[in-house]
Amino acid sequence: MNRATVDLWVGIFVAAGLVALLFLALKVGNLASFSSAQTYHVDAKFANIGGLKIRAPIKSAGVVVGRVSDIRFDNESYDAIVTMTLESAYQFPRDTTAKILTSGLLGEQYIGLEAGGDGVMLKSGDRLRLTQSAVVLENLISQFLFNKAAEGKDAPKEPAKEPAK
Amino acid sequence: MSLPAVAALRSRLEALGSTVTSAIWRLGFASRFLGYLVLHSGTALRRFQLTMTEIYFAGVLSLIIILVSGLFVGMVLALQGYQTLQRYGASESLGVLVALSLVRELGPVVAGLLFASRAGSAITAEIGLMKATEQISAMEMMAVDPIARVVAPRFWGGVISMPLLAALFSGMGVFGGYLIGVQLIGVDAGAFWSQMQAAVDVREDIMNGVIKSVVFGIAVTWIAVFEGYDAVPTAEGVSRATTRTVVTSSLAILALDFILTALMFTGGNAR
Amino acid sequence: MRQSPIVEIDRISFGYDAARPVLRGVSVSIPRGSVVGIMGQSGCGKTTLLRIIAAAYLPTAGRATVLGRPTSELDRDGLYAMRRKMGMLFQFGALFTDLSVYENVAFPLREHARLPDELLRDLVMLKLQAVGLRGAAELMPTELSGGMARRVALARSIALDPQLILYDEPFTGLDPISFGVIVRLIRSLNDSLGATSVIVTHDVQEALGVVDYVYFMAAGRVIAQGRPEEVRKSDEPFVNQFVNGRPDGPVPFHYPAPEYGADLELAAA
Repeated sequence: MNRATVDLWVGIFVAAGLVALLFLALKVGNLASFSSAQTYHVDAKFANIGGLKIRAPIKSAGVVVGRVSDIRFDNESYDAIVTMTLESAYQFPRDTTAKILTSGLLGEQYIGLEAGGDGVMLKSGDRLRLTQSAVVLENLISQFLFNKAAEGKDAPKEPAKEPAK
Repeated sequence: MSLPAVAALRSRLEALGSTVTSAIWRLGFASRFLGYLVLHSGTALRRFQLTMTEIYFAGVLSLIIILVSGLFVGMVLALQGYQTLQRYGASESLGVLVALSLVRELGPVVAGLLFASRAGSAITAEIGLMKATEQISAMEMMAVDPIARVVAPRFWGGVISMPLLAALFSGMGVFGGYLIGVQLIGVDAGAFWSQMQAAVDVREDIMNGVIKSVVFGIAVTWIAVFEGYDAVPTAEGVSRATTRTVVTSSLAILALDFILTALMFTGGNAR
Repeated sequence: MRQSPIVEIDRISFGYDAARPVLRGVSVSIPRGSVVGIMGQSGCGKTTLLRIIAAAYLPTAGRATVLGRPTSELDRDGLYAMRRKMGMLFQFGALFTDLSVYENVAFPLREHARLPDELLRDLVMLKLQAVGLRGAAELMPTELSGGMARRVALARSIALDPQLILYDEPFTGLDPISFGVIVRLIRSLNDSLGATSVIVTHDVQEALGVVDYVYFMAAGRVIAQGRPEEVRKSDEPFVNQFVNGRPDGPVPFHYPAPEYGADLELAAA
């Protein structure tokens, strides 16, 4: 076996390996979609972020327009500060609302943006004023029970059935 | 306890202790060997033809087993995965299942195990045989450092080959999953690929998989060259060294896989 | 003016592990330009002595001076510089099995000198011609007979024109013709290169025909030395037994064993 054969086969091998890596990155993973785009950052405060994680999608009208890049805790107002990285192609007005929503019934949480009507657009570093925190399941259940109990109080009193003695 | 029983117990404890201490001593020796090897890798990098020959022997000659195994693993994943996913109406996530399993775990680990048994054992046998037939001593007599000339190129050849083989394994596996899932079973091609692309993250999943395969490559090749160089220079010694390479490499891969997975895939994601 | 000996071994002792010494107080002197034999039974320490001359091991006592420098004072670079002036022929050749005959002989030249390809080729062909194997240049070591492999290894060991050539049991397992070839080559190469040769062997008759001086070793000591004629006529019992191949003498025929009758389980009458 001579040098030329070895060189040829090693070249083929390395090329095939790199092609496989590229295939994985582009066709299997999400490299092609996001990282090359221009982005800008916007903050928002939430009373409760629920299960929101970094890299969670930010959707508007159901389309992904950005990703959550940072989550911090504000020790003065005791709120969560979420930093959102949005694609520069999508501009939103200053009075846009950010809500933390759940995809599906028990799925992952994401931020939904609803555009407002302000003429001035958000710039990098701005803070969104209007936010709605995540729905926490325990609060929902206790609220439901509370409502049910309140309903029972307002209804006309029915003679309670005495248990048999 | 009677005296003979005490003596028997003591000798067994001593044997256990000496096994542990000799294993630790051997690890230290192997680490020094690795350090020397890396420091004297100049020849392997300057005369890159030597390393290229070793990439051929370690990588190119492992291609067939890697590609075929990758294909079959992907196909089996699709078959088995479909059975379970379908029960929960989630058969469109088949692509996600196949891709994540391969890229995160099966690609680096299975390719690593196959590499250890095919290329690792070959490297150990080769170096051990060179030692047994005095070729290593002959090289030393000719004032050529055998570690720089023989061992280093094989080490770098293995380290370079392993990540490429793992990527090829994963790629073939995804393709095999596609063949079975979409072509044979009938899962929607669009859902297959789009859900996969949404779920597989380049940085979290693919990059971590590549890191794993690099770590495995270093571990396996290190063990292979060390066992070969340290082998008793007889036929029996070489065969025992080859067996040790395969066993130790396989255990090392699985242990490192656990450690790396714990570091990479849990805790780091959520805040 | 007498030149200093190329190898001066002065009362060295050595053991692979401290409990069992292999060499005890051995002194050997190798004059330049000569062919010297070191002979003895298997296990007498002659191969170990050769390894100490090659500076593969350091003596635990005494001094080994090779090519003018004590081996204990050599650092790695000094050791490699010294070895470039030495050639060693291993017992079964130790050719690199993945390289052809040509590449084997070219190996030391490629590693230590940057030569243009034509010059390299000429040198390799020169060395192969000297051992009579120029036509076998493209063969692989697995395709060679034992004798041919030994000759290729010899060509490789003289590739850098060494001043000192060491032979570790060069005649082992050779047929009579190859035997004669190697014997003649050892002498002719030594003289044409102006080198010094040290041969470790137990093939007495053939070796006595080619060496200028011989040392006899037993149990880690030098027990006799001299020129071949003296040795052949020696009446030292071990040398006598060794040179004439007698089965019994100072080296007994029977390995130490208990009383024969006891082993056959014959009861005392």
